[in-house]
Amino acid sequence: MSGSPQQREEAVTIFEKGAEGRRAFACPPLDVPAVDPEQLLPHRLRRAQGPDLPEVSEPEIVRHYVRLSKRNFDLDSGFYPLGSCTMKHNPRLHERLAALSGNARLHPLQDTELAQGALAVMWGLQRALAEISGLPHVSLQPSAGSHGELAGVLVSRAYHEDRGEDRRKVLTPDTAHGTNPATVSMAGLEVVKLATDEHGGVDLDDLRRKASEEVVCLMLTNPNTLGIFDRNIEEIAEIVHGVGATLYYDGANLNAIMGISRPGDMGFDIVHFNLHKSFTQPHGGGGPGSGPIAVSDRIAPYLPIPLVVRRPLSEDGSGAGGARDGAGRGEGENGLGEVWREHVYDLDWDRPKSIGRLRGFHGNYGTFVRAYAYIRSLGADGLRNASEVAVLNANYLLARLRELGAAEMLPLAYGQLCMHEFVLSGAPMKRELQVKTLDLAKRLLDYGHHPPTVYFPLLVEEALMVEPTETESRETLDAFAEAIASILTEAKEDPELLRGAPYTTPVRRLDEALAAKRPVIRGETRRKREGQELEAPADEARGPGGAGARGAR
Amino acid sequence: MSRYTSLTASDEQAMLEAIGLRSVEELFARQIPEHLRLRGRLQLPDGMGEQEVYEHLAALAAENVCSERQLSFLGAGFYDHYVPAIVEAICERSEFLTPYTPYQPEVSQGTLQAMFEYQTAICELTALPIANASVYDGPSAVAFAAYMAKLHNGRGEIVASAGLHPHTLQTLRTYAHGFGSEVIEVPLTDGATDLHAWSEAIRQSTGAAIFAQPNFYGAVEDAEQLAAAAKQACARPSAAASGQSSASAASGQSSASAASGQSSASAASGRSGVGRGEGPVVIAQVDPITLGVLKPPGQCDVDVAVGEGQPLGGRLDFGGPSFGFFAAREEFLRRMPGRIAGETVDLDGRRGFVLTLQTREQHIRREKATSNICTAQALNALAAVIHLSWLGRRGIVELGELLLARTHYARERLCAIDGVSALHSQPVMREFALRLDADVEQVRRLCMSGALEPAGANAASDGPPRTAEGLSSAESARGVSAAPRFHRQAGVNPGVDLRALTGRAQDEGGLLVAITERRTAGDIELLAVTLEAALRRVKAEAVARA
Amino acid sequence: MAEASCPKDLLYHPDHDWARIDDEQQGVATFGITWFAQDALGEVVFFEPPEVGSTLKKDTPYAEVESVKAVADVIAPLSGQIIEVNSELGDDPSAINEDPYGQGWLVKVRLSDPSEREQLLDADAYSQLLAE
Repeated sequence: MSGSPQQREEAVTIFEKGAEGRRAFACPPLDVPAVDPEQLLPHRLRRAQGPDLPEVSEPEIVRHYVRLSKRNFDLDSGFYPLGSCTMKHNPRLHERLAALSGNARLHPLQDTELAQGALAVMWGLQRALAEISGLPHVSLQPSAGSHGELAGVLVSRAYHEDRGEDRRKVLTPDTAHGTNPATVSMAGLEVVKLATDEHGGVDLDDLRRKASEEVVCLMLTNPNTLGIFDRNIEEIAEIVHGVGATLYYDGANLNAIMGISRPGDMGFDIVHFNLHKSFTQPHGGGGPGSGPIAVSDRIAPYLPIPLVVRRPLSEDGSGAGGARDGAGRGEGENGLGEVWREHVYDLDWDRPKSIGRLRGFHGNYGTFVRAYAYIRSLGADGLRNASEVAVLNANYLLARLRELGAAEMLPLAYGQLCMHEFVLSGAPMKRELQVKTLDLAKRLLDYGHHPPTVYFPLLVEEALMVEPTETESRETLDAFAEAIASILTEAKEDPELLRGAPYTTPVRRLDEALAAKRPVIRGETRRKREGQELEAPADEARGPGGAGARGAR
Repeated sequence: MSRYTSLTASDEQAMLEAIGLRSVEELFARQIPEHLRLRGRLQLPDGMGEQEVYEHLAALAAENVCSERQLSFLGAGFYDHYVPAIVEAICERSEFLTPYTPYQPEVSQGTLQAMFEYQTAICELTALPIANASVYDGPSAVAFAAYMAKLHNGRGEIVASAGLHPHTLQTLRTYAHGFGSEVIEVPLTDGATDLHAWSEAIRQSTGAAIFAQPNFYGAVEDAEQLAAAAKQACARPSAAASGQSSASAASGQSSASAASGQSSASAASGRSGVGRGEGPVVIAQVDPITLGVLKPPGQCDVDVAVGEGQPLGGRLDFGGPSFGFFAAREEFLRRMPGRIAGETVDLDGRRGFVLTLQTREQHIRREKATSNICTAQALNALAAVIHLSWLGRRGIVELGELLLARTHYARERLCAIDGVSALHSQPVMREFALRLDADVEQVRRLCMSGALEPAGANAASDGPPRTAEGLSSAESARGVSAAPRFHRQAGVNPGVDLRALTGRAQDEGGLLVAITERRTAGDIELLAVTLEAALRRVKAEAVARA
Repeated sequence: MAEASCPKDLLYHPDHDWARIDDEQQGVATFGITWFAQDALGEVVFFEPPEVGSTLKKDTPYAEVESVKAVADVIAPLSGQIIEVNSELGDDPSAINEDPYGQGWLVKVRLSDPSEREQLLDADAYSQLLAE
């Protein structure tokens, strides 16, 4: 990022732009008879003064947001080794496919026989995720990893409740993502923390002490957030299953093991996937994501509804050997499709033990199209290759950093090798040079790289968590390693330089304490700023000054 | 090497040497016990080239009958609004599409400022002072609001109007079972929440009282009255309060608001002031596209307004991704779930934006967090703020008035058909419920069969009058009906079978019809004649069978 | 930010909270967090004072202090009932950083068991603890 004059311009919101009377929208004309407004809607239900939205023309809107976009760093323009986030390339093909009108303009309540293509995609994705995880039953409903976690904990709880057991405790390692404990609380359960052993895995003695008949499940990531594969996983599974609890797999790190090892084979009962990590759904600056779950036979009855199911067409008695689209509705009744099929797809609602719904409709279908396209692009060998290269890239980057002498100030926190990511500790750098991991991260911005994840996992002091992913070239990894080495040299020669970084970005370090102390989370509008008071009561509704109302500055 | 990786064989060799290993195999053999490694390959098809994948998925997409191919009146939560082209053009830019959550604010000002603008837009729409950067969708937003209410006042009872979308009620029950709350459903009378039952259901143990505006059946509720009744019901001395006292309290409020009009809302909010140990948190699930016209939650003494954001810049996408918005009164600032963007300054004193109040969130407060949500639906929220800027201050009102007029007209027109009546008499804005005196599924299938050739239905396709140079005039291009571009074989999708969606016996014969600005008077006419013909045929068949 | 210090006239809880006995006879004390605690936390951005009248139990949390990226429980060094809170901190908590033993006090408490003070550390013992 170069810090061009445009990028460095003073921030002005869309609400502060425009002018009275400007507009982009032309309302379609009233083509029905005009009726007395009071008859349409009584006065007391009406808004007296419309919301104070911007008054801007289309060119203004386009320029505003295009210029705003240039104040972002993005994956398409640079290396983004954010640990635990799997910032792999987002194929543009997927955007084209998701935007096809048959996908983008398909109403969720369209009759299932008129949405067979969509259901076929969902069914195909369910099968593929089942195969990748080694667990046979899949619900696509959860909208994000955290949502998948909630689904996973709720199905575990339902499993125990169905057996007449009232269990309340959930075990999570101290290396876990914060979502794990937060999810446990939302599910009405209690968190019990597990210690980490000297190899970065679960402390088995601590697990044995805490495993009891009160435990609902153990939530685990493997490889864990340290990038380490826990070799004791089978023993962990044995202990957990021994007390009747379930074993839950947080799929944040699935990118390390696709086609190489399967959570179901390791003994896990439940897995959640992040389609926005391993399966290329673009992150969109913070969503949308998608968090399907896969479960074993014993957990299957409790999955959220609906599931996509497939039946042979002949079962319907509507013709053998395939039929045209609109299957089951007679020969070519719609005449809309040319694809011959042998199956009919449907939504299964009849699941009496299901935990119910977690959201509206069937899940984030747009993300399913992308994930399905990705799986079909790569195939079995391609998925395995993706994980192999992800792990190779991570270990190569680690080796290059060692080779360049970075390990002195940034040693690897645990182990020697890593899976798809690794965690360095900036503790020596902080101690010796009074330069924090945060300073190094900010300086990386001046070198044109997005920094790795910082200060996570909490277990590692001054943590720097690096996940390069398989889609980066060797040249990019070399450039990043050299950037780190160069910054460490700067840190020794001129630590103040790092403490003031970055210098080339659209803004410099921001005062986060001020933002939290005097929260301004809503902007002023132009009319308000120009003193064009809106008449009561719309104005009144803005409420008294304070946190949400307007800035003190 | 797949097309999404870049390592050549010589790269791989050099990299392994740098690591000090001979093979990639060794890299895994050293870390994963042998017997935990998959023997053989995944049982998945071989990979395909970009073009093959495109053809495969394009063929599947073509099997779906979408709203570009069928004249559709489906709604019930997701609506076929016109989304301006600039929304896609901007949202598909790499700079908005491919970054992660803005963890490094210095290089995320685009996303962060857009979030801040989005929050501002939601505050303006709802007339509430604070909003977050969005949550998953409408139904889960209601569940998050109920959880927030429980964290706020510690009370476990949730009173919910039966006018909430069935998916919302189901989602709320799933979550509530998790966090240990009970959901009590309040019935409707003539399509709107029964005020008496609402007041009766709310007690001192009620933590949250939730209704939808407009509700699932399309009815515009008297939000002000529901909020006031919720707060007054709880102000009763004890659970022993009689039905009579609550009814009179409620009617007293209603006459007060009628007399003093708008000002009663602010007076009420000055009086009530929800606090720990006081009334329930009043939560409204509102449809954002109606808020140019309907009195906003913030002026109805509602504490928390949430809703489904799909009508703002969203695709139909077979149900997702969309976003849920979340706005509230000031006092909920530190209990609100999800990401929040806030304004601040940089080292040089220049204006900038950051994620703020993060101590509420799971990555810091862990098991004590205000929710488990990690992320927002940032890209969908960006689409919403672009769409709202495009509509603008006047447009949101004009669009609302158009929807109101067309929806009102459509209800009248359809109710003029023999065998069709309105399910309720409440005002409607963008959707309404009908009752058919025939099997809804059968009628719907007939309408969609394309086999009906109702007289006069094709009037619109006779070809508009021409202007100079062969261009149709704006008036005629707008057309009386968009129908000609749809596949005739796809017929008309008249709306949602209510009973099938709600499972409620009293919804038998119910049809829910949505009207957006994309459904013209001509489209409504085509629906009317199609529906009439379908009903006639169903009856004729019934007579023939008899 | 204040200089590192550990006043002699205070009693200390090992979780980095302090107590000052204001009135031996009435059994009234003032509580706060130590210099070490505020330094570890960084700039405090939010403190919500607890309610006057609420009961505190020794060794259990009675409030939270928040910095930008951390939340810390404030532990009661002694048991009692809150008789006054430093309400100014609700608007601006910066005194917790700037003057943790003075303007940054959190609550005044009527002690329910003044003998509990025997279990607290004096300044020397607390300094020793920090050095370890």
